[in-house]
Amino acid sequence: MRNSFPLTRAPARAPAGRARPVGWSLALWLIALVVAAPILLVLGSLFVPQGETWRHLAETVLPRYLVNSLLLTLGVGAGTALIGTATAWLVTMCRFPGRRLLEWALLLPMAFPAYILAYVYTDALQYAGPLQSALRSSFGLSAGEYFFPDIRSLGGAVLLLVLAFYPYVYLLARSAFLSQSLSLLEASICLCSGPWESFRRVSLPLARPAIMAGVALALMETLSDFGTVEYFGVQTFTTGIYRTWFGMGERVAAAQLAAWLLVFVLALLALERRSRRTLLLPRGELSRLKPLRRYPLAPASALLALAACATPVLLGFVLPALRLTALALGNADWSPSAALWTYARHSLLLGGVGALAAVLVAVVLAYGRRVEPSFANRALARIAAMGYAVPGSVIAVSVVIGFGWLDARLNALGAPLGLTPGLLLSGSVAGLVFAYLVRFLTSAYGAVETGLERINPNLDDAGRSLGHRSLSRLGRIHLPLLRGSLLTAALLVFADIIKELPATLIVRPFNFDTLAVRVYRLASDERLLEASGGALLIVLVGLLPVTVLSSAIAASRRRE
Amino acid sequence: MTRFLALRSAACLLACALALGFPFALAQDATRGVVNVYSARHYDSDAALFGAFTEATGIAVNLIEAEADELIERIRSEGANSPADLIITVDAGRLWRAQEAGLLEAVDSAALEAAIPASLRHPEGLWFGLAKRARVIVYDREKVDAGELSSYLDLADPKWQGRICIRSSSNVYNQSLLAAMIAHYGAAEAEAWAQGLVNNLARAPQGGDTDQIKAVVAGECDLAVVNDYYLARLLADAASGDPQDPASAEVAERIGLFFPNQDAEGVHVNISGAALVAGAPNRENAVALLEYLATPAAQALFAEGSYEYPVVAGAEADPIVTGFGAFEEDALNLSALGENSAEAVRIMDRVGWP
Repeated sequence: MRNSFPLTRAPARAPAGRARPVGWSLALWLIALVVAAPILLVLGSLFVPQGETWRHLAETVLPRYLVNSLLLTLGVGAGTALIGTATAWLVTMCRFPGRRLLEWALLLPMAFPAYILAYVYTDALQYAGPLQSALRSSFGLSAGEYFFPDIRSLGGAVLLLVLAFYPYVYLLARSAFLSQSLSLLEASICLCSGPWESFRRVSLPLARPAIMAGVALALMETLSDFGTVEYFGVQTFTTGIYRTWFGMGERVAAAQLAAWLLVFVLALLALERRSRRTLLLPRGELSRLKPLRRYPLAPASALLALAACATPVLLGFVLPALRLTALALGNADWSPSAALWTYARHSLLLGGVGALAAVLVAVVLAYGRRVEPSFANRALARIAAMGYAVPGSVIAVSVVIGFGWLDARLNALGAPLGLTPGLLLSGSVAGLVFAYLVRFLTSAYGAVETGLERINPNLDDAGRSLGHRSLSRLGRIHLPLLRGSLLTAALLVFADIIKELPATLIVRPFNFDTLAVRVYRLASDERLLEASGGALLIVLVGLLPVTVLSSAIAASRRRE
Repeated sequence: MTRFLALRSAACLLACALALGFPFALAQDATRGVVNVYSARHYDSDAALFGAFTEATGIAVNLIEAEADELIERIRSEGANSPADLIITVDAGRLWRAQEAGLLEAVDSAALEAAIPASLRHPEGLWFGLAKRARVIVYDREKVDAGELSSYLDLADPKWQGRICIRSSSNVYNQSLLAAMIAHYGAAEAEAWAQGLVNNLARAPQGGDTDQIKAVVAGECDLAVVNDYYLARLLADAASGDPQDPASAEVAERIGLFFPNQDAEGVHVNISGAALVAGAPNRENAVALLEYLATPAAQALFAEGSYEYPVVAGAEADPIVTGFGAFEEDALNLSALGENSAEAVRIMDRVGWP
């Protein structure tokens, strides 16, 4: 069974004619329907006519929203794909000084919420900030006498969102490169001419599903980003959704805008899947007996590689973190208080439980889909994993509305028996974890699904012929092989939850503050200096899972 | 043995998270009396104030903070089961929206009616203003003479072309300002004014009110329209002896403050306000908290932390804010802000105010 590469068309179908257990379908449907309910609620808003509001939007602001969102999407998509893939390939396949350090350092920008990055950069680059002040004093210039690029612009937003989101691509692309078979690469190097050709013709196409999954995450995050674009005054589809809701008080019309955004993302993903269908992908390298041999680079190339990998880390993490530290230390009001400790504890609790829940559900959905790949199962799993593309507040309010309805039904049911427990779900920690699940299942599902796709379907057949049922196969074959992917999924969700804001704000119980809430309270009131302490703590707490899990992922890959 | 190292470290992480978070579950005991507050105000001074209330009355304050519109949706969806007693917002328009949704209940309190001026509360007691702020003009004293400034309407005059900074129209402060102008002059004139203002902008709107003040200092524009407390905060920083913000010293040196409309309707004010939620489970405690917040002592604290003006006679604002001087304020009942805010946003969309 060593190093076999049966070439099959992806996605593979389970052999026909076998009795299929209905259990997985049932579990998939139950879970997916519950998780998808708030998303379906958003989509359902499309059936409530809002003609007049739409006419107004179409005549005035909608074209601008569309153009800006499109430019933002294109810029961030190209930027994250380029940086994420290039850095992942360099640190995985090449040998140059600093490679080991950079391998995990490249993940660090994940710890920064994009809007905090925006605040820090604006603060540093503004007129009174350190850079411009130094420029003025050293060249004897005064206001208006020199040109300085404005970070608060569409271009600035693209730059910062690329820095914040390229780790999604990096993480998934790296695990794809790591799992590529050495023998295949060796063969490709013989057949092609050198590392570059081998990268272009073999590694890249093989890693494409993973790269696209990463880019999809980055794009969904971009399209639902509100904090950065709002602060920069870039009018996008998402700022339009909030404006329609908060400004005009048209919640249903806002939900409709969000629903169209969702339809757009669904179409984009379907298109990508379709184009991938024509690729011949090898499935399931079982083992890699020899350790990966990295290409040694000539000094000049090594320097280039080092610069290419270090730049995103410096710009996306080191410099802003230093600036934040300087601000926090200079701010007399900040000291690590007991309250901050409580916030950190709440953040960790929510992150841990939420990550576990998301990984569990993602495994059920992805494996259920693998065992019984009917069209309905695939579609439902996909919709359930779409929460990422909906702006946070919209999905959070959908969750709140769903809980309110359910609580009312429960109380009505219990009333004849004298049981009126009041609110069970609304405003509970369980409710909050559910909201995270709805919002972040996307990233967990993506990681688990791409991991499962790399497992050879022949293994399923082998397990079956040995008399193992689907659950036993999952435990004995898939989960052990998926270890790295599961950890990746947990890491993605954990880091997202620590940074999450809208759902945390509106679904949480009384007196339940997290680090992100704390920073938001100060930043929303333009007290950025006072927010720096809390912001730094978010980054530090976010670092915890990044370092622990990334080393665990590396360890698990090494053993595979 | 190392086979499960990765899974074990993940399990460890999870266990740590659970262990750290667990004490929360035990800490949720209830005091006898509580009042549940849904607040859109985010000041530490508020938390201190609620603490003082608990100390004085024994009534514990439970708090959820979020955006006003989200809080309104949550109260609406929780329906009859909602634990919400009080809702606090930083804008009269949002209180009006809660009122329109039928979520509020009138409070009949002689103490509140005596303490709070009529224009700052709902005529039937559906909501009460607790602190107010003025939307003023700040200007570069080197480039603008205060004598050139007069009213908001004047900002549409071509003489200000390329000289004005104002933040995005997505912000509720601008929406409320335009809503007030619709109430005074009608939608057509308000739209013409908004168009003139947009034509005079020095740059595309970006950042918050603080950033507009800094843009005046940076020479990007000659004047800006902002809420007065943002200037007060920068001045307080400059006066602290150890300024945290590198821009604040220059702001103190160069920026002047002008209260517009003194010869007309008066300067536009908005409120931080509170309202009783219909069907509040702790109605009496909620009214007690409302009345407490309208006492002069509480008022001083409530307004001081945010550099706002207290609404109750006898309570003093922060010395920096009183230093701005006295002014005539718009007597328009603030219900008008809510009634006209959707129209204001449509006008802003039409005139291309980003």
